[in-house]
Amino acid sequence: MSSAFSAIKIIQPLPLKSSRSSDKPLFDPFRTPSSFLGSIHKFRFNSLNNTPSSPCHLRRSAVVAVSDVVKEKKLKSNSSLSNLLMTKEEGLEVYEDLILGRYFEDMCAQMYYRGKMFGFVHLYNGQEAVSTGFIKLLKKEDSVISTYRDHVHALSKGVPARAVMSELFGKTTGCCRGQGGSMHMFSKEHNVLGGFAFIGEGIPVATGAAFTSKYRREVLKEEGCDHVTLAFFGDGTCNNGQFFECLNMAALWKLPIIFVVENNLWAIGMSHLRATSDPEIWKKGPAFGMPGVHVDGMDVLKVREVAKEAIGRARRGEGPTLVECETYRFRGHSLADPDELRDPAEKAHYAARDPITAFKKYMIENKLANEAELKAIEKKIEEVVEEAVEFADASPHPGRSQLLENVFADPKGFGIGPDGRYRCEDPKFTQGTAHV
Amino acid sequence: MLLHELLLFEALQEGLEEEMERDPRVCVMGEDVGHYGGSYKVTKGLATKYGDLRVLDTPIAENSFTGMAIGAAMTGLRPIVEGMNMGFLLLAFNQISNNCGMLHYTSGGQFTIPVVIRGPGGVGRQLGAEHSQRLESYFQSIPGIQMVACSTPYNAKGLMKAAIRSENPVILFEHVLLYNLKERIPDEEYVLSLEEAEMVRPGEHVTILTYSRMRYHVMQAAKTLVNKGYDPEVIDIRSLKPFDLHTIGNSVKKTHRVLIVEECMRTGGIGASLTAAISENFHDYLDSPIVCLSSQDVPTPYAGTLEEWTVVQPAQIVAAVEQLCR
Repeated sequence: MSSAFSAIKIIQPLPLKSSRSSDKPLFDPFRTPSSFLGSIHKFRFNSLNNTPSSPCHLRRSAVVAVSDVVKEKKLKSNSSLSNLLMTKEEGLEVYEDLILGRYFEDMCAQMYYRGKMFGFVHLYNGQEAVSTGFIKLLKKEDSVISTYRDHVHALSKGVPARAVMSELFGKTTGCCRGQGGSMHMFSKEHNVLGGFAFIGEGIPVATGAAFTSKYRREVLKEEGCDHVTLAFFGDGTCNNGQFFECLNMAALWKLPIIFVVENNLWAIGMSHLRATSDPEIWKKGPAFGMPGVHVDGMDVLKVREVAKEAIGRARRGEGPTLVECETYRFRGHSLADPDELRDPAEKAHYAARDPITAFKKYMIENKLANEAELKAIEKKIEEVVEEAVEFADASPHPGRSQLLENVFADPKGFGIGPDGRYRCEDPKFTQGTAHV
Repeated sequence: MLLHELLLFEALQEGLEEEMERDPRVCVMGEDVGHYGGSYKVTKGLATKYGDLRVLDTPIAENSFTGMAIGAAMTGLRPIVEGMNMGFLLLAFNQISNNCGMLHYTSGGQFTIPVVIRGPGGVGRQLGAEHSQRLESYFQSIPGIQMVACSTPYNAKGLMKAAIRSENPVILFEHVLLYNLKERIPDEEYVLSLEEAEMVRPGEHVTILTYSRMRYHVMQAAKTLVNKGYDPEVIDIRSLKPFDLHTIGNSVKKTHRVLIVEECMRTGGIGASLTAAISENFHDYLDSPIVCLSSQDVPTPYAGTLEEWTVVQPAQIVAAVEQLCR
């Protein structure tokens, strides 16, 4: 057979319903779904006809620039079908994180409609596999940068649920003392560098965190410093200048960063296809000199495999990777979005691929856990989330004196008052305003 | 006291180099700061000494490399971002406003952003409208940043060092036409205060507040004024945000007359804010309304004659003082 594609068979380790049938041109009206085989990701179970001479990239060799290390590793590990992708312990950790993300966001919706949190709240339901798949592989010192859809990234990175919930309620015990809100989750302890409201503006910050990692190793001579940075953002952001500028700089200086695109096909009401000349975002990586990978973002195992490779690359100093995760948000863009534009059939299609349902099934079918153990986790998380709400409810609102705190790291920045003293030295200052 | 003579751009470099020597986390990022040595030679020789990573030649992507500096600052470095011309930093407004100014606050104080953003601005010699901008008026409203303007080799070095050592984000405004000013400055190390104004010439009749290049137009006018029998007090405010209300206030209380001479445009300029601040705080001490001389609200024209009429000239300053002291 001449076509390289027929030699490759994808075996889904997760017993999902058929994910892409060719009569559903959901996100790719011009090509058949099999074109996504352009991505490097075949599973370890796929031991059949996968030889180095049948790389799918021959079909579009100019476009797929995939790291040889990643390809080779994949091919070598085709040894046995019993090669499960994770241990029971890892599985339970993953399951717990997925459930935490889901239950927390569901609680946010409830609290919002009860008037406990306000403003723009963007929920992550449906995308949990991306956050869990990537962030659970990180060390505490690694950094995560997100957008306004950041609650679950913060939770996956280890920020306590009560701190995030308090922040959403605008209380002083929130991770940002109530000053940031839903779109600005920060944690110095857990290296969550935001939480950004304008899309794209977090990507340069992430690039900077990666720059520091390289600087520490090469200029400050901290030999072991191999901290990695993950930048999460959506399909809409991939048309923004800062995205391209940072792809360039990251590849140029081989920064230890992974650009994770959460392509959920919609930027509020703008379909990805209506906004993007070439909708295959992973292709933009090779244009800048880094590997571009496409992965099924509804499948936490696949995401985790890709993440392992990309994070490994970055830690070894081999530079950045662009990972496009095909995912979907089950709710509207924000709690204020009526979500009327999306085709119900599309929503149903992705609802059937709920990452949590799929992973639960995988765990049980592969005897990594039984129903009781998983139920216990669900119950535990339910309690964690409820406790978070209680804690947030009981926490105090910020007082007037907090208004001017944290404007400056060094409050001398408020200047010298008419009496010759720095204004911050005046005890009445916190009752005043901060103008010059 | 031992002194040595140098030009303003060399004073900036001296300050920068001393701080880089003192703290290995201090680094520089910008276009042509490395191999080229900086478009105004402020970073000359530094890349050879400290390497390409520490004196980083960036691609032309102001918004992104400013954001990168902010991310680096949040994770422990102390970057200095150079805008090749201050005007280019308009492209970085997103990062300067949203991230530089705000992140310390929105993170509840968890992250500090000790960046210095610096570069040449102001009206030069027929550089055309876009290369002749004064961004201090655009940035002044951003909460969380400090702004200083240097005007002499002495204060350039002192402010550079102070800005680098500050935990706050600081924007240091340099002027294209002042880089070759010569002065003798102390050998011994010194750091100036970011928040203090500088008394240039004490006097009794009128308080003239100015900054950056207009200081020199004011001093030129002062010579004429002195010959005419006036005794102006000239203060270089240096700190554009926040204002040093102590030095300014003491002067107003003494002279009761205020003239502001700035290169900003009239609308929404530093002078406008300063007028408001003085009116609010020292209204009782004023014998007449504050007079503010600013640049014309026009894009700076290329033609030399037109450009001259855009900025405040010494003759106008003399006339204004005479009017004020009538």
